[in-house]
Order: sequence, then C-alpha cells, then structure tokens
Amino acid sequence: MNRGNALVLLAVLGIVVALPFISSSSYIITIGVFAGINALIAIGLCILMGYAGQVSLGQAGFYGIGAYVSSVLSQQYGLPVLAGTFAAMIVAALASVVLAVPSLRLKGHYLAVATLSFGEIINIILNEWGPGGPSGFGDIPRFEIAGYSFDSTESYFYLVWGFVAVVIIFSFNVINSRTGRALRAMHGSELASKAMGLDITALKIKVFILSAVYASLAGSLYAHYVTFISPGSFTLFYSILVLMMAVIGGITNLWGAVAGAVLITILPELLRSFEEFDVLVYGLILTLCLMFFRKGLVPLLIERVRMIRGALARN
Amino acid sequence: MLTIFLQFLFSGLTVGAVYALVGMGFNIIYNATSIINLAQGEFVVIGGLMMWFFTDSLHLPFFQSVLLTLLTAGLVGLLMERLTIKPLKSTDLLLMIMITISVSIVLRGILSFKFGKDPYGYPAFTEGEPFELGGAIIQQQTLWVIGITALCIVLLFLFYNKTIIGKAMRACAFDTTAAQLVGINVSQMVMISFVLSAIVGAVGGIAITPISLMEYDKGPMLAVKGFCAAIMGGLGRGRGAVIGGFIIGILESMTAGYIHSGLKDAVALIILLLVLYLRPAGILGSSAAARLRRF
Repeated sequence: MNRGNALVLLAVLGIVVALPFISSSSYIITIGVFAGINALIAIGLCILMGYAGQVSLGQAGFYGIGAYVSSVLSQQYGLPVLAGTFAAMIVAALASVVLAVPSLRLKGHYLAVATLSFGEIINIILNEWGPGGPSGFGDIPRFEIAGYSFDSTESYFYLVWGFVAVVIIFSFNVINSRTGRALRAMHGSELASKAMGLDITALKIKVFILSAVYASLAGSLYAHYVTFISPGSFTLFYSILVLMMAVIGGITNLWGAVAGAVLITILPELLRSFEEFDVLVYGLILTLCLMFFRKGLVPLLIERVRMIRGALARN
Repeated sequence: MLTIFLQFLFSGLTVGAVYALVGMGFNIIYNATSIINLAQGEFVVIGGLMMWFFTDSLHLPFFQSVLLTLLTAGLVGLLMERLTIKPLKSTDLLLMIMITISVSIVLRGILSFKFGKDPYGYPAFTEGEPFELGGAIIQQQTLWVIGITALCIVLLFLFYNKTIIGKAMRACAFDTTAAQLVGINVSQMVMISFVLSAIVGAVGGIAITPISLMEYDKGPMLAVKGFCAAIMGGLGRGRGAVIGGFIIGILESMTAGYIHSGLKDAVALIILLLVLYLRPAGILGSSAAARLRRF
C-alpha cells in the first residue's frame, strides 16, 4: 500500500469514525452499514474485472452462500458467529473453484452467462432447500467477537467498515505483490504473459476465489445484521447492482469500488421524495453517470487532480 | 402418458418461441455492434403493454394497434440507440452492457409510471374453442405464437439474405472496417439493428400477452432467458437463438411438469452450463468465431 492510498484510507476511516458523532440518526448509520457491506463485494468484483479482466454476474451466489452458511451454523448448530463466517468463506471458496475451473476457459459474454447461471442456480437451491424456503428464516444471532455482541447500529457500522479497511489493505497488498503484477501483465496481454511463463489459469482461479471470499464475508455480515434472510436478497439483480457499483466507481481503482458502493447505496434513499418517479430518475442518473464518467468516478477524479497539479507546477 | 407429454411440449414450445424471439433480438444487435443489449426484455414488455393500451384502452382495431405498437417499439429502439449508444461510440463492451442495463431501468421506470404494477391482458387473436391433438388441449393462441415466431424467422432470413440493407448488416457483422470501406453507412446499420431488434421483441410481447399476461417488470427475466438462448445456440447465429430458445422453453416446461416447478429454471441453466463447457461457442457456433469476439 503506497502513501497516497494510506492517506485516502485514513481519510475514509476518519469520516467513518466521525459519522455517528455528526449524525445521531440511526437511519443514516444503517445506510452506512449497507454501503460498507456492498463495498466489500464491489472490491472483490473490482479486482476480478479491473485487474484480472474477468467478469462475473454471479456474485450474489457467493453473497448468498456467506449469508446462509454462517446463519445456519450459528443459529441451528450453535457455532460462534465468527467461526460460522469463516466456515462460510471456505464453502464459498470451494464453490468458486468448482465454478472457476470449467468456466475460466470461457471468455466475455460466455463467461458472463456461465457465472450468471451459477448465481441463479444457487438462488434456486436456497429457494428449494434453504431453511424456510422462499420465505426465508429469522432469529439469526447478531455478529459477535469474543463474547462482544455488536447490538447497536453504531457498533455494527464500525465493525463493517473495520472489515472494509482490512479488506482494502489486504487487496492493495495483493495487487502490489508478485501475483498482482502477474495479474496486470495478464490483463495487458494473455499471450505475452503466458510466454513469460505465467500460469494464467491458476491466477484467474486465485482471483475468483478472492472475490468469492469477499462476497461471502459481506453475506455473513449482512445476515448477522438484519437477522432475517430470504433468497430474494441474493438474486441476479443484486449481482448486477454490484457490477453497476464497480463500473460507476471505476474498475481500475479499488477506491472506485468503495465510492461506487456508497453512491449507489445512498442514491435510492435520496430519490424517495420522487415517489412513483424514483425508478425512472434512478435509471436516468445511472445512464448519465455511465455516459459522462466513462472511466468511472474515481479514475476520472484522479485524472483531474493530476491535471490541476500539472497546471499548478507549470505556473 | 403421451397426452401429458404433448401438453408439456406445446406449453414449452409457446414459451420457447418467445425466448427465441428475444434471443434473435440479441443476435441482431450483437451482430451489428458486438453489444449485448440487456434492455431486450423491455421491448417484449413494451409490445404487450402498448398492444393492451391501443386495443383495450383506446379501442383501436386489431391491425392498427399492432402497427402502432410496433411503431412505438421501433421508436424506443431508435431513441435508445441515438441517445445512448451512438453518442458514446465506445468500444468498451462492459460499459456498453451497463448502459443497456441502465436504459432498461429507465424503461421500467416509465412503464411502471404509465401502467402501474398490475398485469395486463387482452383477448386471443382468434376466438374459438381450443382443439385437441392426441388428447392434449391446445389453445388457438398457442398456434398464433408459434406461427408468428416462424414467420419472423422466415422474414428475418429473407431480410438478411435478399435485401441490400440486410446484406449490408451482415457485412458489418463480418468486418466493420471493411464494410465502411465499401461505402456502407455503419452508423445507420447500427440504428436499424436496434429498431429491428425492438420490433422483433415487441412482436413476441404482442403474441404472448393473451396467454401469459404482461406486467412492467417482466423484462429482466425475459432478457436473461433470451440471452441464455442466444448463448446456447452460439452468439450471433440466428438459427442458434431459435434452437436455443426452444430447447430452454421445452426443458423448462418438462421439468416443471415431470419433476418440480421450482426447479424448472435450474435444469435449463445446468444444461446451458454443460453446453458451454462441452462446446464453449454454443451448439452451432464455431470456436474460432468465439475467439474473435470477446470483451
């Protein structure tokens, strides 16, 4: 993690710590919790798309695995929530390997449809065989670490964003490691990196696992926050929503994923006042964002800052 | 035994026909632009809902309503291309797909504002008793759906093979730069592809609504099924989408009938995955073509 990113992280954490003091409204903090949960999945998708050049329309499947596995283990088998969350991550990782090994031979639209099918199949499994079927189940224990239960919204907000910070630091380290450099080489030219002796397939699978584990973690955090889950939360629409977050924020920068997640989580709340127009306005804003900030908000912002800096340096 | 089988087969063919039309719509745009238009399902919904609007709400005669509905859908396709696809001129396919998704949200917003969340339907094209085939009861509208789909396939085939514009569109699909060099107006072809694809989708909507009703949010599900149909047959292959659509439709209806209705989507998707793994370019696609077109 370089100095610039460390500073951004500090700034973000500063805002996170300050927010509950600025606003006592639990409504705003709750939106903050969901923004953080969405950010976790978007970060995974960002690495997968922006750095490994693979697309996934099945992230909701891993999100669902995370939510269901840790909920069932903690509620019905009395396992500690943290242990359940880890178990869910392992299950998601295994599922991602099962999906990735045959799928990563596919490219572009074909890969998109393979991941989409996977996500939908997971959703159907949850519908048919998940506890409570289509109506889901409740009484899921709140998240707790070493006996401390995160009951208040504020504490949960800090917990989720703490995880976001850890995941961001970990991800930047991955990107700047040997694997990360290999990933960027692969994104540049698969053929050339193959010729340099990189094991492309193994790389792709690793990134796929990473993004699945992030999504699973987000799913567990979601389930232990709302304490009631049903398959309706883990559909293709959610996968597309996360994809939208990553693309609008900018897939070439991890902060893009965070910014996109925060924006798209807040947007529908801001549009409540439009009542029956809300879907229309929401769609229009997304369309305009995509059309005018093609590279994504964060990469565009960085470009602008550099331009201004360059202009200042010249004067 | 055979009776039940036939019953399931016909309901599968009916659904499959709509998937085939949506799949063909995907291919029309994909061939001209390499874009996957995920607003394709909304065209079907526009077809069904506008047809209801013209016949049941404005009480216009049948053929005028059909014409006006297709005109509306074509106009929506045209506006979509001119307002979002053309100004971007982007080759970033992920961005283009996201644009089509956001346009589909806009269209859903407009549809839900105009029509609300209720399902709409209108009477079948021809009145009359359903007839029997080997013991299975077949509604007349079912035959209309299948017949209209067949007609669309034939017309599209003639369009692509016999008309100058159709041939020009095929040239664009083969090599855009070369097409431009021989004087084909590529931008116009892209526009036509959106209009055509919207009309094909709307035809499906008009035909299926008397059987299955139509509501504003049916689009995404139809788009996913049509996309799967196009992929199963090999993206960009007109015949492929038709075969893929019917396979998915029949699989769904057989699974719902013989196994369990909750699993109908799962079986179709698992078969789709197997097809992809065994033949990565689809049933009819060649692997060389799949390598050429990518994100």
